[in-house]
Amino acid sequence: MLQFFLSLISAIFIGGVAGYLGSLMLSKKMTIVIDPLSHLALPGVALALIFQKDISLGAFLFLFLGSILIWFFEQKTKLPTETIIAILFTISLAITFLFLSEHEIEEALVGNISKIGKVESLIIVLVSIFVFFLIKKIYPKLTLISISEDLAMAEKIDLKKYQFLYILSISAIVAMGVKFVGGLLVAGLTVLPAASARNLSKNLKTFKLLSSLFGILSAILGIFLFQLTNFPAGPLIVISGFLIFLISIILKKT
Amino acid sequence: MGKEILKVEDLVVKLEDETIISNLSFELEKGQAVTILGPNGAGKTVLLKTLLGFFSYQGKIQWQKGVKVGYVPQRIPFVKNFPISVKEFFQLKTKDEKEIKEILKLVGFNENFSKRKLGEISSGQYQRILIAWALIGNPDVLLFDEPTTGIDISGEDTIYQLLERLKKEKNLTIILVTHDLSVVFKFSDYVICLNKCPICQGKPKEVITAESLSKLYGQEIKFYEHKH
Repeated sequence: MLQFFLSLISAIFIGGVAGYLGSLMLSKKMTIVIDPLSHLALPGVALALIFQKDISLGAFLFLFLGSILIWFFEQKTKLPTETIIAILFTISLAITFLFLSEHEIEEALVGNISKIGKVESLIIVLVSIFVFFLIKKIYPKLTLISISEDLAMAEKIDLKKYQFLYILSISAIVAMGVKFVGGLLVAGLTVLPAASARNLSKNLKTFKLLSSLFGILSAILGIFLFQLTNFPAGPLIVISGFLIFLISIILKKT
Repeated sequence: MGKEILKVEDLVVKLEDETIISNLSFELEKGQAVTILGPNGAGKTVLLKTLLGFFSYQGKIQWQKGVKVGYVPQRIPFVKNFPISVKEFFQLKTKDEKEIKEILKLVGFNENFSKRKLGEISSGQYQRILIAWALIGNPDVLLFDEPTTGIDISGEDTIYQLLERLKKEKNLTIILVTHDLSVVFKFSDYVICLNKCPICQGKPKEVITAESLSKLYGQEIKFYEHKH
């Protein structure tokens, strides 16, 4: 019972803040980074499993390293970001498969919710709250940047700084998300609630609110389904998110 | 005492080792309207962006102390990826609801318009919204980069009539990039013909001649002549 409660609380916080972050993925350029970034986390998860450290920590370190590598390769080669991300994505999967046994690979790919302890839950709640306020703070500036970099520059906004804070927020969410849904599905935590919310919103305020709400809702739904069926919780959370998306299409006024 | 709001001396702008603008000098007084005329790729947009501080340069750009500058960029794609209302777009720049209301009224929109989705207004309306956005915070100078593509103008005010009116009402100094000769004559006190380096500059009626124009657009005109 305690385990269920801890999983539920953690999932609600991660789901909410992931949904909120999803609403900040305003442009194509911003959306495109989440998927590959989440895969970059996998070797970190692998190493953490091998050395029996916290997988979020491993994931976060590798995400950070990965972001720096992306930036470095971009500077050196002038290849499009997508190509560089694809390269890093392949190599991270290769490294993951090299090191891990089958069982561990499964945990890295789809997550394992039954392992969340008290301390971990507390950390998840605290980090979620921190990331929530971070996103809230960078939201207006990033909105302007994604509308027009020229306008943002005229307002003396430091583009690099905000892009960095954006990547940092994603890294934190992904690092926590891998525990629940694994490296392959973590993008679903952000993209799905935001897509559903977009279907139903006319302005940013409702968009943000609904996206966070849908994130929380899919987390709750997923955890309850997990309790009922004993299928892995990660896929169930993502499937719940998809159900909400389907409903949002039906409700959408054309 | 000099009343210049802006003083530019021997300006040279290089981007990735290519010289985009060279040897440009001009002065601008408060309340003046300057047009910058020139073919595509002449460095007009780069000039505005350099004045705004986006690029590094050689020479001197000196704004009068405490001058506030508003900017309307040339091309802003419609916001299709996420929902944002007109009002929320303004809230990215100011929290002052009253100011937003007044600015919208100034460019001819009523309060209901602020609830519209930014991605769903017409391109003419969007252009006016961008001008209004630039006017938030009461700038002394407005930099306006004319869009290359035509804009459907709804209502009785054209963009230039609107700018003319704003100039009078707010005592604005305006620097305007344009391709349109008639705008140069009707709107500006001073024109800079730019094709990487200044070809001519001064009062439009004095410096815009057949000769200076063919120098400015020279190669293009020759190209068309060969066709016949």
